[in-house]
Amino acid sequence: MNSLLRRWPVIRQLLDGGDGTGVEAMTERTRTLGLRIADASVSRSICPYCAVGCGQLVFHRDGKLLAIEGDPESPISEGHLCPKGAATFELLTHAARETTVKYRAPHATDWQELDLETALDMVADRVWQTRARGFTVSRDGLPLMQCANIAHLGGATLDNEENYLIKKLFTGGLGMVAISNQARI
Amino acid sequence: MPGLGTSFGRGGATTAQQDLVNADAILIIGSSMAEAHPVGFRWVVKAHEHGTLVIHVDPRFSRTSALADVWLPLRAGSDIVFLGGLVHYVLANHRDFHEYVVAYTNAPLLVREDFLGPEDLQGLFSGWQRDRQTYDTSSWQFETDENGRARSDPTLQHPRCVYQHLIRHFSRYTPEMVERVCGIPRDRFLEVADRYTSCSGPDRTATICYAVGLTQHSVGVQIIRTAAILQLLLGNVGRPGGGILALRGHASIQGSTDIPTLYDMLPGYLPMPIFGPESSTLGRYTVRTRTPTGMWRYFDAYIVSLLKAWYGDAATRENEFGFGWLPRISGDHSHQGYWLEMADGRMDGLFVMGQNPAVGAPNAALERRALAQLKWLVVRDMVEVETASFWKDSPEVTSGETSPDRIATEVFFFPAAGHAEKAGCFTNTQRLLQWHDDAVTAPGDCRSDAWFLFHLGRRLKTKAAADTQPANAGLRALTWDYPVAGPHDEPDIEAVLREINGRYVGSSLQLRGFHELVADGGTACGCWIYSGVFPTADDNRARHRQAKGAYGHGWGFAWPADRRILYNRASARPDGRPWSERKRLVWWDDAAAQWTGYDTPDFPRERPPEVGAMYDATESTASAARDLFAGATGGPFIMHADGLGWLWVANGLRDGPLPAHYEPLESPTVNALYGQQSNPVADRRERPDNPWAAIADPAFPHVLTTYRLTEHHTAGGMSRTLSRLAELQPALFCEISPELADAIDVANGERVRIVTARGKIEARALVTRRITPLTIAGRTIHQVALPWHFGQRGLVTGDIANDLIAMSEEPNVRIMESKALICRLEKLGSREAGEPGS
Repeated sequence: MNSLLRRWPVIRQLLDGGDGTGVEAMTERTRTLGLRIADASVSRSICPYCAVGCGQLVFHRDGKLLAIEGDPESPISEGHLCPKGAATFELLTHAARETTVKYRAPHATDWQELDLETALDMVADRVWQTRARGFTVSRDGLPLMQCANIAHLGGATLDNEENYLIKKLFTGGLGMVAISNQARI
Repeated sequence: MPGLGTSFGRGGATTAQQDLVNADAILIIGSSMAEAHPVGFRWVVKAHEHGTLVIHVDPRFSRTSALADVWLPLRAGSDIVFLGGLVHYVLANHRDFHEYVVAYTNAPLLVREDFLGPEDLQGLFSGWQRDRQTYDTSSWQFETDENGRARSDPTLQHPRCVYQHLIRHFSRYTPEMVERVCGIPRDRFLEVADRYTSCSGPDRTATICYAVGLTQHSVGVQIIRTAAILQLLLGNVGRPGGGILALRGHASIQGSTDIPTLYDMLPGYLPMPIFGPESSTLGRYTVRTRTPTGMWRYFDAYIVSLLKAWYGDAATRENEFGFGWLPRISGDHSHQGYWLEMADGRMDGLFVMGQNPAVGAPNAALERRALAQLKWLVVRDMVEVETASFWKDSPEVTSGETSPDRIATEVFFFPAAGHAEKAGCFTNTQRLLQWHDDAVTAPGDCRSDAWFLFHLGRRLKTKAAADTQPANAGLRALTWDYPVAGPHDEPDIEAVLREINGRYVGSSLQLRGFHELVADGGTACGCWIYSGVFPTADDNRARHRQAKGAYGHGWGFAWPADRRILYNRASARPDGRPWSERKRLVWWDDAAAQWTGYDTPDFPRERPPEVGAMYDATESTASAARDLFAGATGGPFIMHADGLGWLWVANGLRDGPLPAHYEPLESPTVNALYGQQSNPVADRRERPDNPWAAIADPAFPHVLTTYRLTEHHTAGGMSRTLSRLAELQPALFCEISPELADAIDVANGERVRIVTARGKIEARALVTRRITPLTIAGRTIHQVALPWHFGQRGLVTGDIANDLIAMSEEPNVRIMESKALICRLEKLGSREAGEPGS
């Protein structure tokens, strides 16, 4: 009977002197809870939204993202993130994120599925055929080396290395000049 | 921006966010920093807590204004008058930092006798060629002596010296004119002018922060120029707590101009060759850009090393290192330029990577209609953005104007990897390269853009190998052999960054910095200003995470050469001593015979100061070690051949050596300053699908401006699908004053229609005192402020604000004027209203 009474939290708190807000109020499950990221791997990252460049810590385990937090060691952000930066875990994991290639044929009313490698083959074919039609080697005896009928847009949300590959392949390799991004310089 | 580039030498923020705590005053204009750059704004708050004066100048009272000492509302599009008013105040009240101005700026130089300015020509500068709509800039040049050196007057008294030209030019920009054009009462302006300019001098400094509220104008570059002139006159550049902090809005927008996915430049701000005889050979192209002194003296080393990085062993001295394989630009290939070609059916294919022009670009309806003219479109993004789905759910499809069966465009959507699923570096708003790791593997078909480009390039190179036409020579030569790794064969991104950094040809030895570049083909370097980021094969400095000191050295890598405050030699007097103990940053150490300090010197480390260093453009030190040439003039602005900060820009701008106020292309008023109404060199791109309202058109009585919310990002692709952000900002609204609400009989929360010459959209009215009517030339002008993040897809949807905005091109960078247009507001009856929350 005594032990039964002692399992009643109110009695336990009275006998143990707690005020009901400490460990005495916790269930066994709560008492043994650990941090979700306790044994996670941590990667250093940078917020992908604006250009303040806040540091982020990316917690992951077994190839799965667990959480993204501000990096307290960043000399710029000192651990802080704004509402967008704090939403980056959702940015990477939310349900509406697309994870498959989609293809829309001319005049089609809906998307259809397409294998990734096949899609890339098709794009390479389109580029090759289109470029052959739109390329001018020289004009008035002067070099032009220009592909005028293929354009590119985007870069400010990408990595420096990706911008470099765009410029190198599209301009240095294909001769495309209609290259632009969000910046105006 | 050439605004910063022509004034100081480099198109990047001169300072770092952390340096704001060293400022005695901070002027935030054309930005709501607290809302668009909240974590960066912490440094403003910290400064404010230590007593720094914070001034916010913006049409809208925002959280930035709430934390500032002063908020001055002004009419959108009147910024040159406000900043020019400050310049006038400085000159009229002798508030300039005289010793700095004489030693470090081009104030003493004499302008040619045949120059005439807006005072003489009703708003135009001399050299205007009406038939060609361009300026001949020859009369803007400096008067030279028999040796080709610019004449100067260090007393600043000569009537044709730049300083006297400034006094004359800005004499019109009086407090009364500020009141009349900006709507800022004279007394409030004078109070702010006194307080801001009091915070500069040998032991005080002030910083200007701006964002696209200053740049997205038909005079955007000249607005930045006005800010630069003000800061140079006050001696605020290159010093702690000084400078201009350009607040960029995308994670690597600075990086995407440094390594430009832009049409008119090559990596490191090298110009693209322009079609014609001047770029027909490498020699001619180099002569055009190389300067006798300053960092552009080594232009040939930068371009040859870039060609070696791109074309490898195939780039030889005999074939001009493959220069002939580069395309030449031959027109307006900018976003709006080529998009209009697309609208007219002259563009066949388009790649869109991480951008959403169907929502985010000016005259978005025109942009969407143009997409339907393409033969094929590739979109890479993390969600199906409106640009990918335009053919099935654009407003034009919903309205019945068109339908999928009538749209022939073939569309490929490739899902993109997120930042934590790929390695690489962003360059932030203060030129800092910061690496992010590939923490996890991207799901499904999601791949990095690097993966897409690398494997597309492999396929195209295979095709080129079998097709030996001259058109394919560059593609065949292109080095494209990055190692791949991981389950998806992702290219090794550090190998790409090593190539960007540069190495010695025929060796695995990395370059330690751009000072090692040579022009004989002995070095290969993908972007010279980034050289030093990967100085040995296993030392990726963008990945460094040991911040030390006030400027965080050891954390990331700031271009150039890890210099955190640009032009920091200006923090010392000409003789090398600090201007004051309080503002000590970089100084000459006599004992060590080198420059030293809290930052990496932005100056040849061992070049001694010259007492009273003055303008000298000769090559007198030709026999000295090569990196000393950069400082051959002794001036701190080492990118400029004369080493000086340019109050006057003789070369490099298309619309004037000095900023002049022109009204926005669409304006509620005539220009009160000059007979010339708007920037004569700006291009309206006027056509039936890009129409304009008349000046002071009574059909559009209000000023329209757009802005960002904290909780959404640009065109919404990274925010409207996220539940928390969507919940925080669930619907499109427009901010209007209670006075305007009364005038059109609208209550807070009711729906209104916003109409411009381009289109009309619907939004909820947010009636708030955060917007105030202004008195402009005696007339009440209302302003309407509109966030632009919404589109038809995602958890929260709304009409597309950019359907109201016109395409237009500022003459220097072809930026659109989206921050100052005119509109009208109509009350919507409940019968007309759309779905709530739409």
